[in-house]
Order: sequence, then C-alpha cells, then structure tokens
Amino acid sequence: MGGQDKLARFEQAILPHLDAAYNLARWLTRNDHDAEDMVQEASLRAFKFFDGFHGGDARAWLLATVRNTCYTWLQQNRRSQTAAVFDEEIHTVETDAANPAALALKSGDVRVVRESLEELPEEFREVIVLRDLEEMSYKEIADVIGAPLGTVMSRLARARGKLKAVLSARLKEKL
Amino acid sequence: MDCAQAESLLDIYLDRELDPVRSLEIEAHLRACARCAQSRSAHEALRRSLKADALYFKAPGALQRRVQHSVRKAAQAETPRRWLSPSWFKIAAPLAAAALVVLLLVPQGPAPDELLTQEVVSGHIRSLMADHLADVPSTDEHTVKPWFNGKLDFSPPVSDLASAGFPLIGGRLDYLNHRPVAALIYRRDKHVINVFVWPAEQNSASSAPIKTQQGYHIARWSRAGMNFWAISDLESSQLGQFAELLKSAPAWPG
Repeated sequence: MGGQDKLARFEQAILPHLDAAYNLARWLTRNDHDAEDMVQEASLRAFKFFDGFHGGDARAWLLATVRNTCYTWLQQNRRSQTAAVFDEEIHTVETDAANPAALALKSGDVRVVRESLEELPEEFREVIVLRDLEEMSYKEIADVIGAPLGTVMSRLARARGKLKAVLSARLKEKL
Repeated sequence: MDCAQAESLLDIYLDRELDPVRSLEIEAHLRACARCAQSRSAHEALRRSLKADALYFKAPGALQRRVQHSVRKAAQAETPRRWLSPSWFKIAAPLAAAALVVLLLVPQGPAPDELLTQEVVSGHIRSLMADHLADVPSTDEHTVKPWFNGKLDFSPPVSDLASAGFPLIGGRLDYLNHRPVAALIYRRDKHVINVFVWPAEQNSASSAPIKTQQGYHIARWSRAGMNFWAISDLESSQLGQFAELLKSAPAWPG
C-alpha cells in the first residue's frame, strides 16, 4: 500500500478521535505539555502500525495506543514524580458519609472533582475517564485496557468507591 | 432482589450494561426501597459531577496541526522513492502488465453501491472534522423539518428519539448520489449519528443488513418513498436499535 493512500485512510479513521486521545493522555500524565507529546508519539506509532488495523472501533484502537505510550512514559518518569501512593488507610470508604458528589456539585467546585480524580492510581483513574468522560461501553473499555469485561466491571466499581472516598475527604478538609 | 444485590448491580444498571431482566428487577426494587433509591441518587450525582465540561480536555488546535504534519512526514518517508532504479523496474514491469490485463478483463469500476457507501462515509467524516455538523442546530423536530423547506425538492420525515436515548441535535444539507440530500444528526452519548435522507425511486419498503466501512457502521433502509442511510461509529447493535426506532417512529410529519 502506498504511503499516501494509507495516509488518507489514517486521517479519515483516526484524526476525528484526537480529542479522545488528548483527554486520556491529559488525565494519565496530568499536565498539558506531556499530554501533547504523548498524543503526537502515539499518533505516529498508530500510523506505523495502521496496516494492522482492519476496521472496527478506531477510537478504542487509538486509545489503546495512547494508553500504552503513556504507561511507558509513566514508568520512566515515576521516580522523578512525587510519590503519589494511594493510602487505603486514609481513604476508607465511609458508607454513612453524606453524598459527597452532590456536595461537590452544590459547591460548584469542579476543581475538587478534578483533583480527586487525579489523585486516584492510574488503573482506577483511566476506567473512570473512559466510562464517565469518554462514555465508552464496557466492551470498548475492555478493548482499550486489554482486560476482560469482568475486570472492567470490578475495577470500575472500586474506582468509583475510591473516588467517592477521596471526594468526601477533600470536601471535609475544605469545611 | 434484595438491597445487597441492588447495590452491587446499581452501577452496571446506571451504565446501561445490565441485562433487561435484571434491569426490570432492580427498577422494581428501587421503587420499593427508599434507601436504595437514595443510594441511586448518590451514584447519579457522582456521575453528573464528572460530566462537567471543564473535566474533558479537548485537544488544542495546534496539536491537531502538529500531529497531521508529523504523520504526513512519516507517510512521505514510507512512499517508495526507488521507482527509478532498474531492479525495481524489473519487478514492476510484469506486475504492471498483469494489472493491465486485469483492468481489461474487469471492465467496470466499483459498484454504484460501493461508491455511495464511500460518499456516505466521507460525508459523515466531513461533518465531524470541519466543525460543521449542523446548519440548523435544534433538538426540536418542528424546527428542523421546516428548515429544509425551499432548500430541497422533498420534505424529509423528522422525528426526535430523545426519549429512547438518541436525541436529535439538528439538520444539515449535504450532497450525495448526485443530488442534495437531508442530513439529520442524532447523538448517542458522545457518538454522532448522521442520517442521510433522499427520495427513493421505488415506493417499496426494504432494508439491508448493517455493513462496516473504515470502522463506521452503516444501516440502510427504504420506507415511505425515501432512502435512509444511517452512519455512526456506534456499536453496530446500537445502530441497529436506532434504525429500528427510526423505522417505527410514531410521528411521520408530512
């Protein structure tokens, strides 16, 4: 296949999903600059392997590449980052806690939600981003993260529980 | 269904991933149990708080250009430049001869249906890329339908399917099959569905199985003297569901 023909097909199939690619990269890297680099690198990688894409869900296919690129980068940069170890002790889920998300909404404070989500470990952060922000089905998420459907469901359940706990903790700090 | 089961299935239910039987069971439980109903609102609040526009990072315009530029450069690097070399010619000449024979033996180009499919795919992609999804952005079928008056020599049927989770978001003029056509735009979550409508040559009702091209699914049918082509990156089962809803939409104004 000629490079130009491949280019045309690639641009048609992949470029419409650049927002999705950037959103995922931005949430995984947690900063604009690195997110842009990740999308650029992942796009090139996707183009290189585009012959292996035989139709199907282009968004999930691109996001899987973006995710891999980001995880490689995260591993390399882990040491230089402030150790963001998620402390299960601090963030125990309080079942009797008042509805933290409703409180966050009421206070109109998107920032608390953003910071709480950023605080979650990547494996939990990404499933929430893919499900609630990107509005992907469980099947699509399974394709992106390369895990079985059951794993997607259980991880999503744990991720939401943790997010709720972090949100309550943060809102309590503010009060 | 008891509270423990309801609680464990609530998220899956709200994600619309629970099977119909258990969905009915959990709905019955939520109607009967105030505590679980409250838990449902808490779950829904969490979801709503994540839907804030400020939480979705859209790609900066410069990034789109940067990606396009670097991919084009990569494509150029892949295009073979050895076409002048004699060794390449030795391989290419017989291939070219063979191709010529094939061309002579197979007289016609792509079937008309293939061409139309390609046009529909291109139309769909254009609508997504150029920030020109709708000429008349409106969720009201009574605004969208009259808008086509005087722009087309037919009046497309327009029905809103918001109650079924496929809200109408507007209409647009497009050009397909050598004629201006109506494009109706629907949305399912973040997926856009373009429905192209134009008069059919025959008045008979028919429909074709969903086909896939370049990752997009396409549903086609004819009804009430109109051709319908619905295209989206939605999963094919969901697009099929959408097509069935549209075929049986109660309101067929005009």
